[in-house]
Amino acid sequence: MRTWLREHALAFSDTLGRMGRSPVGTLLSILVIGIALALPAGLHVLLKNLATLAPERSAEPELTLYLQADLAEPDRKGLESRLAGHVAVSKVRFVPRDVALKELEKATGMASIQEEIGRNPLPDAFVVAGRRGAADALEKLQAEAGRWPGIEHAQLDSAWARQVDSALRAGRVFILMLAGVLVVGLGAVTFNTIRLQILNRREEIEVSKLIGATNAFIRRPFLYFGAIQAVAGALLSWLLVELAVGALETQLGQGASLLSPGESLMRLSLLDLVGAGLIAALVGWIGAWLSVAFHLRRLDPT
Amino acid sequence: MIRLQDVTKRYPGGQEALHGVSLEVNKGEFVLLLGHSGAGKSTLLKLMAAIERPTSGAVWVSGQNLGGLRPAAIPYLRRNFGLVFQDHKLLLDRSVRENVALPLRITGFDGADIARRVRAALDRVGLRDKENAHPVELSGGEQQRVCIARAIVHRPAIVLADEPTANLDDAYAREIVALFQALHQVGVTLVVSTHAPQVFESVRPRQVVLSKGSLAA
Repeated sequence: MRTWLREHALAFSDTLGRMGRSPVGTLLSILVIGIALALPAGLHVLLKNLATLAPERSAEPELTLYLQADLAEPDRKGLESRLAGHVAVSKVRFVPRDVALKELEKATGMASIQEEIGRNPLPDAFVVAGRRGAADALEKLQAEAGRWPGIEHAQLDSAWARQVDSALRAGRVFILMLAGVLVVGLGAVTFNTIRLQILNRREEIEVSKLIGATNAFIRRPFLYFGAIQAVAGALLSWLLVELAVGALETQLGQGASLLSPGESLMRLSLLDLVGAGLIAALVGWIGAWLSVAFHLRRLDPT
Repeated sequence: MIRLQDVTKRYPGGQEALHGVSLEVNKGEFVLLLGHSGAGKSTLLKLMAAIERPTSGAVWVSGQNLGGLRPAAIPYLRRNFGLVFQDHKLLLDRSVRENVALPLRITGFDGADIARRVRAALDRVGLRDKENAHPVELSGGEQQRVCIARAIVHRPAIVLADEPTANLDDAYAREIVALFQALHQVGVTLVVSTHAPQVFESVRPRQVVLSKGSLAA
Protein backbone atom coordinates (compact mmCIF):
# COMPACT_ATOMS: atom_id res chain seq x y z
CA MET A 1 0.00 0.00 0.00
CA ARG A 2 2.83 2.41 0.87
CA THR A 3 4.55 1.56 -2.40
CA TRP A 4 1.31 2.15 -4.27
CA LEU A 5 0.81 5.52 -2.59
CA ARG A 6 4.45 6.44 -3.19
CA GLU A 7 4.10 5.57 -6.88
CA HIS A 8 0.99 7.76 -7.15
CA ALA A 9 2.66 10.64 -5.30
CA LEU A 10 5.65 10.30 -7.61
CA ALA A 11 3.47 10.26 -10.72
CA PHE A 12 1.55 13.29 -9.44
CA SER A 13 4.67 15.34 -8.71
CA ASP A 14 6.24 14.17 -11.97
CA THR A 15 3.15 15.40 -13.83
CA LEU A 16 3.22 18.80 -12.13
CA GLY A 17 6.91 19.05 -12.95
CA ARG A 18 6.27 18.29 -16.61
CA MET A 19 3.46 20.86 -16.73
CA GLY A 20 5.78 23.42 -15.19
CA ARG A 21 8.51 22.65 -17.71
CA SER A 22 6.22 23.44 -20.66
CA PRO A 23 4.15 26.33 -19.26
CA VAL A 24 2.99 27.79 -22.57
CA GLY A 25 1.55 24.55 -23.92
CA THR A 26 -0.02 23.74 -20.55
CA LEU A 27 -1.59 27.20 -20.21
CA LEU A 28 -2.95 27.12 -23.76
CA SER A 29 -4.61 23.76 -23.17
CA ILE A 30 -6.09 24.98 -19.89
CA LEU A 31 -7.28 28.16 -21.58
CA VAL A 32 -9.06 26.20 -24.32
CA ILE A 33 -10.79 23.98 -21.77
CA GLY A 34 -11.60 26.92 -19.47
CA ILE A 35 -13.22 28.97 -22.22
CA ALA A 36 -15.16 25.97 -23.51
CA LEU A 37 -16.50 25.19 -20.03
CA ALA A 38 -17.21 28.87 -19.26
CA LEU A 39 -19.92 28.92 -21.92
CA PRO A 40 -22.35 26.42 -20.31
CA ALA A 41 -21.34 27.63 -16.84
CA GLY A 42 -22.17 31.23 -17.80
CA LEU A 43 -25.49 30.23 -19.32
CA HIS A 44 -26.25 28.24 -16.18
CA VAL A 45 -25.69 31.37 -14.05
CA LEU A 46 -27.83 33.44 -16.45
CA LEU A 47 -30.71 30.97 -16.11
CA LYS A 48 -30.33 30.93 -12.34
CA ASN A 49 -30.75 34.69 -12.31
CA LEU A 50 -33.70 34.61 -14.68
CA ALA A 51 -35.35 31.93 -12.58
CA THR A 52 -35.20 34.17 -9.50
CA LEU A 53 -37.22 36.78 -11.35
CA ALA A 54 -39.81 34.48 -12.81
CA PRO A 55 -41.13 32.25 -10.01
CA GLU A 56 -43.20 34.80 -8.15
CA ARG A 57 -45.34 35.36 -11.17
CA SER A 58 -45.07 32.06 -12.87
CA ALA A 59 -45.86 30.05 -9.76
CA GLU A 60 -48.71 32.29 -8.64
CA PRO A 61 -50.83 32.87 -11.71
CA GLU A 62 -53.80 35.21 -11.42
CA LEU A 63 -57.39 34.71 -12.50
CA THR A 64 -59.56 37.74 -13.15
CA LEU A 65 -63.32 37.20 -12.90
CA TYR A 66 -65.38 40.01 -14.42
CA LEU A 67 -68.83 40.29 -12.84
CA GLN A 68 -72.15 40.94 -14.52
CA ALA A 69 -73.16 44.62 -14.27
CA ASP A 70 -76.44 43.95 -12.47
CA LEU A 71 -75.03 41.54 -9.85
CA ALA A 72 -76.55 42.14 -6.42
CA GLU A 73 -74.31 42.72 -3.39
CA PRO A 74 -75.31 39.46 -1.56
CA ASP A 75 -74.60 37.46 -4.70
CA ARG A 76 -71.17 39.16 -5.02
CA LYS A 77 -70.38 38.30 -1.41
CA GLY A 78 -71.50 34.74 -2.04
CA LEU A 79 -69.12 34.49 -4.95
CA GLU A 80 -66.30 35.94 -2.88
CA SER A 81 -66.69 33.36 -0.11
CA ARG A 82 -67.02 30.58 -2.67
CA LEU A 83 -63.74 31.66 -4.25
CA ALA A 84 -61.94 32.10 -0.94
CA GLY A 85 -62.79 28.53 0.00
CA HIS A 86 -61.49 27.07 -3.24
CA VAL A 87 -58.46 24.78 -2.96
CA ALA A 88 -56.51 26.47 -5.78
CA VAL A 89 -56.95 29.99 -4.40
CA SER A 90 -54.56 31.75 -2.05
CA LYS A 91 -56.04 35.24 -2.12
CA VAL A 92 -59.15 36.96 -3.44
CA ARG A 93 -59.28 40.70 -4.03
CA PHE A 94 -62.43 42.55 -5.05
CA VAL A 95 -61.79 45.41 -7.49
CA PRO A 96 -64.82 47.71 -7.80
CA ARG A 97 -65.36 49.17 -11.24
CA ASP A 98 -64.57 52.74 -10.01
CA VAL A 99 -61.22 51.63 -8.64
CA ALA A 100 -60.54 49.69 -11.84
CA LEU A 101 -61.26 52.79 -13.90
CA LYS A 102 -58.91 54.92 -11.78
CA GLU A 103 -56.18 52.29 -12.14
CA LEU A 104 -56.72 52.20 -15.89
CA GLU A 105 -56.60 55.98 -16.14
CA LYS A 106 -53.42 56.04 -14.08
CA ALA A 107 -51.78 53.25 -16.05
CA THR A 108 -52.64 54.66 -19.47
CA GLY A 109 -52.36 58.36 -18.63
CA MET A 110 -55.83 58.92 -20.04
CA ALA A 111 -57.40 61.06 -17.34
CA SER A 112 -60.99 61.34 -18.54
CA ILE A 113 -62.13 58.08 -20.06
CA GLN A 114 -65.49 58.34 -18.31
CA GLU A 115 -66.06 61.87 -19.55
CA GLU A 116 -65.14 60.90 -23.08
CA ILE A 117 -67.52 58.00 -23.39
CA GLY A 118 -70.15 59.18 -20.91
CA ARG A 119 -70.00 56.16 -18.58
CA ASN A 120 -67.62 53.78 -16.77
CA PRO A 121 -67.22 50.88 -19.21
CA LEU A 122 -65.47 48.57 -16.74
CA PRO A 123 -67.23 45.88 -14.69
CA ASP A 124 -66.57 44.95 -11.05
CA ALA A 125 -64.08 42.14 -10.81
CA PHE A 126 -62.39 39.64 -8.52
CA VAL A 127 -58.65 39.19 -8.87
CA VAL A 128 -57.85 35.69 -7.66
CA ALA A 129 -54.30 34.68 -6.84
CA GLY A 130 -53.61 30.97 -7.22
CA ARG A 131 -51.59 28.89 -4.83
CA ARG A 132 -47.93 28.28 -5.72
CA GLY A 133 -47.73 25.37 -8.14
CA ALA A 134 -51.54 25.15 -8.56
CA ALA A 135 -51.64 26.52 -12.09
CA ASP A 136 -53.57 23.54 -13.43
CA ALA A 137 -56.19 23.81 -10.69
CA LEU A 138 -56.58 27.50 -11.43
CA GLU A 139 -57.17 26.68 -15.05
CA LYS A 140 -59.96 24.32 -14.01
CA LEU A 141 -61.35 27.08 -11.79
CA GLN A 142 -61.37 29.39 -14.82
CA ALA A 143 -63.51 26.97 -16.78
CA GLU A 144 -65.74 26.29 -13.75
CA ALA A 145 -66.20 29.92 -12.66
CA GLY A 146 -66.99 30.99 -16.20
CA ARG A 147 -70.26 29.04 -15.82
CA TRP A 148 -71.20 30.45 -12.39
CA PRO A 149 -74.14 32.79 -12.21
CA GLY A 150 -73.02 36.39 -11.95
CA ILE A 151 -69.68 35.86 -13.73
CA GLU A 152 -69.51 37.54 -17.11
CA HIS A 153 -66.03 36.43 -18.11
CA ALA A 154 -63.08 34.58 -16.57
CA GLN A 155 -59.54 35.41 -17.72
CA LEU A 156 -56.43 33.54 -16.67
CA ASP A 157 -53.26 35.59 -16.59
CA SER A 158 -50.77 32.75 -16.35
CA ALA A 159 -50.12 32.12 -20.02
CA TRP A 160 -47.05 34.36 -20.15
CA ALA A 161 -45.72 32.85 -16.95
CA ARG A 162 -46.08 29.40 -18.43
CA GLN A 163 -44.13 30.60 -21.42
CA VAL A 164 -41.36 31.85 -19.15
CA ASP A 165 -41.35 28.50 -17.38
CA SER A 166 -41.17 26.68 -20.71
CA ALA A 167 -38.38 28.98 -21.89
CA LEU A 168 -36.43 28.31 -18.68
CA ARG A 169 -36.93 24.58 -19.08
CA ALA A 170 -35.84 24.75 -22.72
CA GLY A 171 -32.85 26.82 -21.65
CA ARG A 172 -31.84 24.18 -19.12
CA VAL A 173 -32.13 21.44 -21.73
CA PHE A 174 -30.06 23.52 -24.13
CA ILE A 175 -27.38 24.06 -21.49
CA LEU A 176 -27.31 20.35 -20.69
CA MET A 177 -26.91 19.53 -24.38
CA LEU A 178 -24.23 22.16 -24.81
CA ALA A 179 -22.44 20.95 -21.70
CA GLY A 180 -22.66 17.38 -23.03
CA VAL A 181 -21.11 18.39 -26.34
CA LEU A 182 -18.38 20.38 -24.62
CA VAL A 183 -17.65 17.54 -22.22
CA VAL A 184 -17.10 15.29 -25.23
CA GLY A 185 -14.90 18.07 -26.62
CA LEU A 186 -12.94 18.15 -23.38
CA GLY A 187 -12.40 14.40 -23.66
CA ALA A 188 -11.22 14.82 -27.25
CA VAL A 189 -8.84 17.68 -26.34
CA THR A 190 -7.37 15.56 -23.56
CA PHE A 191 -7.11 12.53 -25.85
CA ASN A 192 -5.17 14.56 -28.40
CA THR A 193 -2.92 16.30 -25.85
CA ILE A 194 -1.98 12.94 -24.38
CA ARG A 195 -1.43 11.49 -27.85
CA LEU A 196 1.11 14.24 -28.56
CA GLN A 197 2.76 13.70 -25.20
CA ILE A 198 3.06 9.99 -25.84
CA LEU A 199 4.67 10.68 -29.20
CA ASN A 200 7.10 13.10 -27.53
CA ARG A 201 7.94 10.57 -24.82
CA ARG A 202 7.93 7.55 -27.09
CA GLU A 203 11.57 6.73 -26.39
CA GLU A 204 11.13 6.99 -22.64
CA ILE A 205 8.06 4.76 -22.74
CA GLU A 206 9.81 2.13 -24.86
CA VAL A 207 12.87 2.07 -22.59
CA SER A 208 10.68 1.93 -19.49
CA LYS A 209 8.75 -1.01 -20.89
CA LEU A 210 11.98 -2.79 -21.76
CA ILE A 211 13.23 -2.56 -18.21
CA GLY A 212 10.04 -3.67 -16.53
CA ALA A 213 7.53 -0.84 -16.39
CA THR A 214 3.93 -1.98 -16.29
CA ASN A 215 1.27 -0.26 -18.36
CA ALA A 216 -0.16 1.14 -15.12
CA PHE A 217 3.17 2.76 -14.27
CA ILE A 218 3.38 4.37 -17.71
CA ARG A 219 -0.28 5.32 -17.78
CA ARG A 220 -0.39 7.00 -14.35
CA PRO A 221 1.32 10.35 -15.11
CA PHE A 222 -0.81 10.78 -18.22
CA LEU A 223 -3.99 10.17 -16.24
CA TYR A 224 -2.96 12.76 -13.69
CA PHE A 225 -2.10 15.13 -16.49
CA GLY A 226 -5.56 14.74 -18.05
CA ALA A 227 -7.32 15.20 -14.73
CA ILE A 228 -5.20 18.15 -13.52
CA GLN A 229 -5.55 19.92 -16.85
CA ALA A 230 -9.34 19.47 -16.83
CA VAL A 231 -9.71 20.62 -13.21
CA ALA A 232 -7.56 23.67 -13.94
CA GLY A 233 -9.80 24.35 -16.94
CA ALA A 234 -12.90 24.08 -14.73
CA LEU A 235 -11.37 26.51 -12.21
CA LEU A 236 -10.56 28.92 -15.00
CA SER A 237 -14.12 28.72 -16.31
CA TRP A 238 -15.38 29.54 -12.80
CA LEU A 239 -13.03 32.52 -12.66
CA LEU A 240 -14.21 33.75 -16.06
CA VAL A 241 -17.88 33.46 -15.04
CA GLU A 242 -17.17 35.25 -11.74
CA LEU A 243 -15.49 38.09 -13.61
CA ALA A 244 -18.35 38.31 -16.09
CA VAL A 245 -21.01 38.33 -13.34
CA GLY A 246 -19.03 40.93 -11.42
CA ALA A 247 -18.82 43.18 -14.47
CA LEU A 248 -22.52 42.68 -15.21
CA GLU A 249 -23.44 43.44 -11.61
CA THR A 250 -21.55 46.73 -11.78
CA GLN A 251 -23.32 47.68 -14.97
CA LEU A 252 -26.78 46.72 -13.72
CA GLY A 253 -26.23 48.41 -10.36
CA GLN A 254 -24.48 51.62 -11.35
CA GLY A 255 -25.19 52.05 -15.04
CA ALA A 256 -28.73 50.82 -15.46
CA SER A 257 -29.87 51.08 -11.81
CA LEU A 258 -31.62 47.73 -12.15
CA LEU A 259 -30.16 46.41 -8.91
CA SER A 260 -30.90 47.99 -5.56
CA PRO A 261 -27.99 48.72 -3.22
CA GLY A 262 -27.02 45.49 -1.49
CA GLU A 263 -28.77 43.40 -4.12
CA SER A 264 -26.54 41.08 -6.14
CA LEU A 265 -26.75 38.60 -8.97
CA MET A 266 -26.62 34.88 -8.33
CA ARG A 267 -23.27 33.23 -8.99
CA LEU A 268 -21.94 29.69 -9.38
CA SER A 269 -22.35 27.96 -6.04
CA LEU A 270 -19.65 25.91 -4.32
CA LEU A 271 -21.67 22.83 -5.29
CA ASP A 272 -21.62 23.95 -8.94
CA LEU A 273 -17.87 24.46 -8.74
CA VAL A 274 -17.15 21.14 -7.04
CA GLY A 275 -19.50 19.30 -9.41
CA ALA A 276 -17.93 20.88 -12.49
CA GLY A 277 -14.44 20.14 -11.14
CA LEU A 278 -15.28 16.49 -10.48
CA ILE A 279 -16.93 15.98 -13.85
CA ALA A 280 -14.01 17.69 -15.61
CA ALA A 281 -11.49 15.56 -13.69
CA LEU A 282 -13.39 12.40 -14.55
CA VAL A 283 -13.66 13.30 -18.24
CA GLY A 284 -9.98 14.33 -18.36
CA TRP A 285 -9.04 11.06 -16.69
CA ILE A 286 -11.16 9.00 -19.08
CA GLY A 287 -9.88 10.89 -22.14
CA ALA A 288 -6.30 10.32 -21.02
CA TRP A 289 -6.97 6.65 -20.23
CA LEU A 290 -8.44 6.00 -23.67
CA SER A 291 -5.57 7.81 -25.36
CA VAL A 292 -2.91 5.90 -23.42
CA ALA A 293 -4.66 2.57 -23.93
CA PHE A 294 -4.94 3.25 -27.65
CA HIS A 295 -1.37 4.44 -28.16
CA LEU A 296 0.50 2.20 -25.71
CA ARG A 297 -0.41 -0.88 -27.70
CA ARG A 298 1.60 0.54 -30.59
CA LEU A 299 4.66 1.02 -28.40
CA ASP A 300 4.79 -2.51 -27.07
CA PRO A 301 8.32 -3.76 -27.71
CA THR A 302 7.18 -7.39 -28.00
CA MET B 1 17.85 -20.77 -15.30
CA ILE B 2 17.38 -19.95 -18.99
CA ARG B 3 16.48 -22.61 -21.49
CA LEU B 4 15.79 -22.32 -25.20
CA GLN B 5 14.26 -25.32 -26.86
CA ASP B 6 14.46 -25.63 -30.65
CA VAL B 7 13.85 -21.92 -31.08
CA THR B 8 13.35 -20.40 -34.49
CA LYS B 9 12.80 -16.70 -34.99
CA ARG B 10 11.63 -15.36 -38.31
CA TYR B 11 10.94 -11.64 -38.66
CA PRO B 12 8.06 -10.25 -40.71
CA GLY B 13 9.38 -10.20 -44.25
CA GLY B 14 10.74 -13.69 -43.95
CA GLN B 15 14.26 -13.03 -42.63
CA GLU B 16 15.24 -15.91 -40.35
CA ALA B 17 17.41 -14.67 -37.46
CA LEU B 18 17.58 -17.96 -35.54
CA HIS B 19 16.96 -21.52 -36.59
CA GLY B 20 16.45 -24.47 -34.27
CA VAL B 21 18.52 -23.10 -31.39
CA SER B 22 18.57 -25.08 -28.15
CA LEU B 23 20.61 -23.70 -25.29
CA GLU B 24 20.67 -23.92 -21.51
CA VAL B 25 22.20 -21.31 -19.20
CA ASN B 26 22.52 -22.40 -15.60
CA LYS B 27 22.09 -20.21 -12.57
CA GLY B 28 25.25 -18.21 -11.83
CA GLU B 29 26.80 -19.10 -15.16
CA PHE B 30 28.74 -16.61 -17.31
CA VAL B 31 28.00 -17.25 -20.97
CA LEU B 32 29.62 -15.42 -23.83
CA LEU B 33 27.69 -15.35 -27.12
CA LEU B 34 30.09 -15.12 -30.03
CA GLY B 35 29.51 -14.65 -33.72
CA HIS B 36 29.73 -12.25 -36.58
CA SER B 37 27.27 -9.41 -37.12
CA GLY B 38 23.91 -10.85 -38.12
CA ALA B 39 24.66 -14.22 -36.53
CA GLY B 40 21.62 -13.85 -34.27
CA LYS B 41 23.27 -12.86 -30.95
CA SER B 42 21.02 -9.84 -30.33
CA THR B 43 17.90 -11.78 -31.29
CA LEU B 44 18.84 -14.53 -28.86
CA LEU B 45 19.18 -11.99 -26.02
CA LYS B 46 15.86 -10.37 -26.94
CA LEU B 47 14.13 -13.75 -26.82
CA MET B 48 15.56 -14.37 -23.35
CA ALA B 49 14.26 -10.98 -22.14
CA ALA B 50 10.82 -11.54 -23.71
CA ILE B 51 11.39 -8.54 -25.99
CA GLU B 52 10.85 -10.83 -28.96
CA ARG B 53 8.69 -13.93 -29.17
CA PRO B 54 9.95 -17.06 -30.93
CA THR B 55 8.27 -18.06 -34.18
CA SER B 56 8.53 -21.65 -32.98
CA GLY B 57 10.10 -23.44 -30.05
CA ALA B 58 10.04 -22.35 -26.41
CA VAL B 59 12.00 -20.09 -24.08
CA TRP B 60 12.05 -20.83 -20.35
CA VAL B 61 13.30 -18.42 -17.69
CA SER B 62 13.39 -19.46 -14.03
CA GLY B 63 11.01 -22.32 -14.83
CA GLN B 64 8.49 -20.12 -16.65
CA ASN B 65 7.64 -20.72 -20.29
CA LEU B 66 7.62 -17.21 -21.72
CA GLY B 67 5.17 -18.26 -24.43
CA GLY B 68 2.57 -18.97 -21.74
CA LEU B 69 3.00 -15.69 -19.90
CA ARG B 70 0.15 -13.20 -19.83
CA PRO B 71 1.23 -9.85 -21.34
CA ALA B 72 0.67 -8.22 -17.93
CA ALA B 73 3.24 -10.58 -16.35
CA ILE B 74 6.06 -9.71 -18.75
CA PRO B 75 7.11 -6.43 -17.04
CA TYR B 76 7.53 -8.31 -13.76
CA LEU B 77 9.66 -10.93 -15.53
CA ARG B 78 11.84 -8.22 -17.05
CA ARG B 79 12.58 -6.80 -13.61
CA ASN B 80 14.68 -9.92 -13.00
CA PHE B 81 16.99 -8.82 -15.78
CA GLY B 82 19.61 -6.15 -16.13
CA LEU B 83 19.65 -5.24 -19.80
CA VAL B 84 22.64 -3.64 -21.50
CA PHE B 85 21.74 -2.46 -24.97
CA GLN B 86 24.11 -2.05 -27.85
CA ASP B 87 22.64 1.40 -28.58
CA HIS B 88 22.46 2.25 -24.82
CA LYS B 89 18.82 3.43 -24.94
CA LEU B 90 19.49 6.29 -22.54
CA LEU B 91 16.95 9.09 -22.13
CA LEU B 92 18.64 12.15 -23.53
CA ASP B 93 16.55 14.68 -21.62
CA ARG B 94 17.36 13.07 -18.25
CA SER B 95 20.52 13.29 -16.22
CA VAL B 96 22.79 10.32 -15.68
CA ARG B 97 21.37 9.98 -12.17
CA GLU B 98 17.79 9.95 -13.44
CA ASN B 99 18.63 7.42 -16.14
CA VAL B 100 20.23 5.06 -13.67
CA ALA B 101 17.37 5.55 -11.20
CA LEU B 102 14.70 4.55 -13.74
CA PRO B 103 14.55 0.79 -12.91
CA LEU B 104 14.29 1.64 -9.20
CA ARG B 105 11.49 4.12 -9.77
CA ILE B 106 9.67 1.52 -11.85
CA THR B 107 10.05 -1.04 -9.08
CA GLY B 108 8.78 1.41 -6.44
CA PHE B 109 11.86 2.08 -4.33
CA ASP B 110 11.73 5.09 -2.01
CA GLY B 111 13.76 8.22 -2.63
CA ALA B 112 16.55 7.58 -0.10
CA ASP B 113 17.05 4.01 -1.29
CA ILE B 114 17.12 5.18 -4.90
CA ALA B 115 19.78 7.81 -4.16
CA ARG B 116 21.96 5.31 -2.27
CA ARG B 117 21.75 2.60 -4.92
CA VAL B 118 22.30 5.01 -7.81
CA ARG B 119 25.45 6.35 -6.14
CA ALA B 120 26.71 2.81 -5.59
CA ALA B 121 26.03 1.82 -9.23
CA LEU B 122 27.73 4.93 -10.57
CA ASP B 123 30.70 4.26 -8.29
CA ARG B 124 31.03 0.79 -9.78
CA VAL B 125 31.20 2.12 -13.34
CA GLY B 126 33.39 5.07 -12.37
CA LEU B 127 30.89 7.80 -13.25
CA ARG B 128 29.98 9.21 -9.86
CA ASP B 129 31.31 12.61 -10.90
CA LYS B 130 29.01 12.66 -13.94
CA GLU B 131 25.72 12.03 -12.17
CA ASN B 132 24.29 15.43 -13.10
CA ALA B 133 25.48 15.34 -16.68
CA HIS B 134 23.16 14.50 -19.56
CA PRO B 135 23.96 11.65 -21.96
CA VAL B 136 24.76 14.02 -24.82
CA GLU B 137 27.60 15.44 -22.73
CA LEU B 138 29.21 12.01 -22.40
CA SER B 139 31.44 10.01 -24.71
CA GLY B 140 30.18 6.78 -26.27
CA GLY B 141 32.10 4.77 -23.71
CA GLU B 142 30.66 6.76 -20.82
CA GLN B 143 27.18 6.31 -22.19
CA GLN B 144 27.79 2.58 -22.32
CA ARG B 145 28.87 2.62 -18.67
CA VAL B 146 25.73 4.55 -17.70
CA CYS B 147 23.74 1.85 -19.47
CA ILE B 148 25.59 -0.79 -17.45
CA ALA B 149 24.97 1.13 -14.22
CA ARG B 150 21.25 1.20 -15.05
CA ALA B 151 21.34 -2.53 -15.72
CA ILE B 152 22.86 -3.44 -12.36
CA VAL B 153 21.36 -0.78 -10.08
CA HIS B 154 18.44 -2.97 -9.00
CA ARG B 155 20.73 -5.97 -8.44
CA PRO B 156 19.12 -8.29 -10.97
CA ALA B 157 19.52 -12.04 -10.94
CA ILE B 158 20.37 -12.11 -14.65
CA VAL B 159 22.33 -9.62 -16.74
CA LEU B 160 21.85 -9.76 -20.51
CA ALA B 161 24.38 -7.56 -22.26
CA ASP B 162 24.53 -6.90 -25.98
CA GLU B 163 28.04 -5.87 -27.01
CA PRO B 164 28.73 -4.07 -23.72
CA THR B 165 32.38 -3.36 -24.54
CA ALA B 166 31.88 -2.35 -28.17
CA ASN B 167 32.26 1.37 -27.61
CA LEU B 168 34.90 1.24 -24.91
CA ASP B 169 38.62 1.63 -25.15
CA ASP B 170 40.66 -1.27 -23.91
CA ALA B 171 41.15 0.03 -20.37
CA TYR B 172 37.44 0.74 -19.78
CA ALA B 173 36.50 -2.51 -21.50
CA ARG B 174 38.60 -4.41 -19.00
CA GLU B 175 37.02 -2.45 -16.13
CA ILE B 176 33.60 -3.50 -17.35
CA VAL B 177 34.74 -7.09 -17.66
CA ALA B 178 36.05 -6.86 -14.10
CA LEU B 179 32.65 -5.53 -13.04
CA PHE B 180 30.88 -8.44 -14.76
CA GLN B 181 33.30 -10.80 -13.09
CA ALA B 182 32.44 -9.29 -9.72
CA LEU B 183 28.74 -9.76 -10.45
CA HIS B 184 29.41 -13.32 -11.53
CA GLN B 185 31.23 -14.00 -8.27
CA VAL B 186 28.17 -12.98 -6.25
CA GLY B 187 25.99 -15.38 -8.19
CA VAL B 188 24.55 -13.24 -10.97
CA THR B 189 23.87 -15.07 -14.21
CA LEU B 190 25.41 -13.29 -17.18
CA VAL B 191 24.80 -13.74 -20.89
CA VAL B 192 26.98 -11.37 -22.88
CA SER B 193 27.24 -11.06 -26.62
CA THR B 194 30.49 -9.84 -28.10
CA HIS B 195 32.62 -10.04 -31.16
CA ALA B 196 35.74 -9.37 -29.08
CA PRO B 197 36.12 -12.44 -26.83
CA GLN B 198 39.75 -11.68 -26.02
CA VAL B 199 38.64 -8.93 -23.60
CA PHE B 200 36.87 -11.61 -21.52
CA GLU B 201 39.76 -14.09 -21.47
CA SER B 202 40.51 -13.47 -17.80
CA VAL B 203 36.97 -14.52 -16.79
CA ARG B 204 37.07 -17.78 -18.73
CA PRO B 205 33.36 -17.78 -19.51
CA ARG B 206 31.52 -20.52 -21.32
CA GLN B 207 31.52 -19.61 -25.00
CA VAL B 208 28.57 -20.21 -27.31
CA VAL B 209 29.14 -19.52 -30.97
CA LEU B 210 26.34 -18.55 -33.31
CA SER B 211 26.68 -18.71 -37.05
CA LYS B 212 23.94 -17.65 -39.44
CA GLY B 213 21.27 -18.13 -36.80
CA SER B 214 22.34 -21.57 -35.62
CA LEU B 215 24.62 -22.80 -32.89
CA ALA B 216 28.01 -23.70 -34.27
CA ALA B 217 29.23 -27.19 -33.47
